[in-house]
Amino acid sequence: MPTVAPLDLEGHCVAAVFLGDVPHFALADGAVHRLDHGHKTIQANDGLLAAFHDAANDRLITGGEDGKIFSVTAGGNVQELASAGKKWITSVAAGPQGAIAYATGKTAFVRFADGKTREFAHPRSVEGLAFSPKGMRFGVARYNGATLHFPATEGKPAELEWAGAHTAITFSPDGAFLVTTMQENALHGWKLADGKHMRMTGYPGKVKSLSWSAKGKWLASSGAPAAIVWPFSGKDGPMGKAPLELGTRGNAMVTAVACHPSQDVVAVGYDDGMVMAVRFSDAKEVLLRRPGNGAITSMMWDKEERRVAFGSAAGDCGVIDITA
Amino acid sequence: MSDAQTQIPVTVLTGYLGAGKTTLLNRILSENHGKRYAVIVNEFGEIGIDNELIVESDEEIYEMNNGCVCCTVRGDLIRVVEGLMRRPGRFDAIVVETTGLADPVPVAQTFFMDDDVRSKTRLDAVVALVDAKHLPLRLKDSREAEDQIAFADVVVLNKTDLVTPEELAKVEATIRAINPAAKIHRTTRAGVALSEVLDRGAFDLSRALENDPHFLKAHDDHDHDHHDHDGHDHHDHDGHHHHAHPSDIHDVTVQSVSLRGGEMDPKKFFPWIEKITQMEGPNILRLKGIIALKGDDERYVIQGVHMIIEGDHQRAWKDGEKHESRLVFIGRELDAERLKKSFDACQAA
Repeated sequence: MPTVAPLDLEGHCVAAVFLGDVPHFALADGAVHRLDHGHKTIQANDGLLAAFHDAANDRLITGGEDGKIFSVTAGGNVQELASAGKKWITSVAAGPQGAIAYATGKTAFVRFADGKTREFAHPRSVEGLAFSPKGMRFGVARYNGATLHFPATEGKPAELEWAGAHTAITFSPDGAFLVTTMQENALHGWKLADGKHMRMTGYPGKVKSLSWSAKGKWLASSGAPAAIVWPFSGKDGPMGKAPLELGTRGNAMVTAVACHPSQDVVAVGYDDGMVMAVRFSDAKEVLLRRPGNGAITSMMWDKEERRVAFGSAAGDCGVIDITA
Repeated sequence: MSDAQTQIPVTVLTGYLGAGKTTLLNRILSENHGKRYAVIVNEFGEIGIDNELIVESDEEIYEMNNGCVCCTVRGDLIRVVEGLMRRPGRFDAIVVETTGLADPVPVAQTFFMDDDVRSKTRLDAVVALVDAKHLPLRLKDSREAEDQIAFADVVVLNKTDLVTPEELAKVEATIRAINPAAKIHRTTRAGVALSEVLDRGAFDLSRALENDPHFLKAHDDHDHDHHDHDGHDHHDHDGHHHHAHPSDIHDVTVQSVSLRGGEMDPKKFFPWIEKITQMEGPNILRLKGIIALKGDDERYVIQGVHMIIEGDHQRAWKDGEKHESRLVFIGRELDAERLKKSFDACQAA
């Protein structure tokens, strides 16, 4: 039976992550809590809006109401990486070679590991940011499509057009596909080799959580009463194929998904705080956590593939040990 | 459905540069009314008050990808409201200040079309600041000035000390011609009681029309048919009780159509209003109505923005209250004659 070690906090949890093997919970007020031989807290932003787990550097990148970007590493080290003025930070991302990206208003910034920063102005607001896993390339989700920049060179950006407001963005782990979430309850994807479009629609709600499975064979998503899991193993991605619907519940919506690091299993979090693990091959479900006080907002598996850290909109966070 | 108790009210302030928005905003932020406001502005600009909850946001109008040209939302508001609502204990209400040239419709539609925003906040009222001196000029050179008035629940007619009583009467008549349903306050230095601007419940179906003396007043001694075929010659003859001189401003393209009838046949009325808003949605800025449905002992209230309509039972008809239906459309290129005919045809036999 899985056991839950709860951590009841006050406020909306933006990100629940493992740094090292220590679970960290970053709340909307900018406090980062951790369970490291007891409950400890450090303060990052004055108001946290966006967070990204930088797996390669084992750190959490945060952006906030204070217009600042911080790096939080295991052991409670907080370092300010950048400040973009008085405006709110809308999105942050981390990429290869220690680079990070952040955005405010219509401008995206890339900060390289040596501290050098480049600015990328856009005609419309920058909504979402993501680095490609390969090469120094990052994508911006924007109104009517996405823009791909090559920040290490002076090359012109590549524009990918699709009508509508694109809000978040992610590359597949092999860098072959780019997927955005949209304002209108849909995902949109591009096969980068030929620009072919992939429409992934049918969600009853907005998609706010995406997670690639091991080796990028599947893309799990929230926004429905089940985790919607699209197959990406074929050369054309999910086109012409039906997604898996895992962990379907009649009276709850999926709000967060986190794929297992190596197996075809997804942790599914719901708007009532329940968490389940579901296997792709046979849709077998295991209850990991009973409903709580608020919608699950963020989850992450640890490296040992034994624990899931989760956070909720109401602050009832915790760590699930699936082997206990 | 969302719980109205926990929804944060949102007031939208529109108005041209120089009309007094900043003055009013500063009053909202500094006066002792016991409430805390988060304010979303396009530029920090001249707000001279130190408040950590003044958020600068680029107006970002997104057309929804659903084939409907009038389905627009403010993408930046969706993001900022989501961010604010993650820490809801910091404020009691939100004020959105738009730029002078802003179209108020996407702002309002955001609060109806986006599920996340709608579940956590409710649009309280759209307040338009109008400069009494410069309105005639504004109406000549921009459609936005007219839209802002047409769309407003409350019009603060400001800087009245800069015009003669005759000019003021004319300006007020013009505003009334554009929007017969709005509440108008004459002010200098935006000196309107904040209670007349905040917490109005103008989009709350249970309250919307109760605040609306013009709308509710009996009109028995007037002709209520609205024969405004030509938007360029729009005079104030829609039968409401305000006897200012008709406006001689010929730059008004917004018109209102006020309809009135007896009890409606629900089997006819609902398909009709659905069809009208589907077909005429792009031309309809606002609609509001109280409908008496045949065989229903409760008043039915209805309101809409473009193609979005919502309706609900409001309260039981009072003893002796006349069961009549009233509906006001504010928009452009409305075929008043056809609206009236088809509305009349929905009456119960």
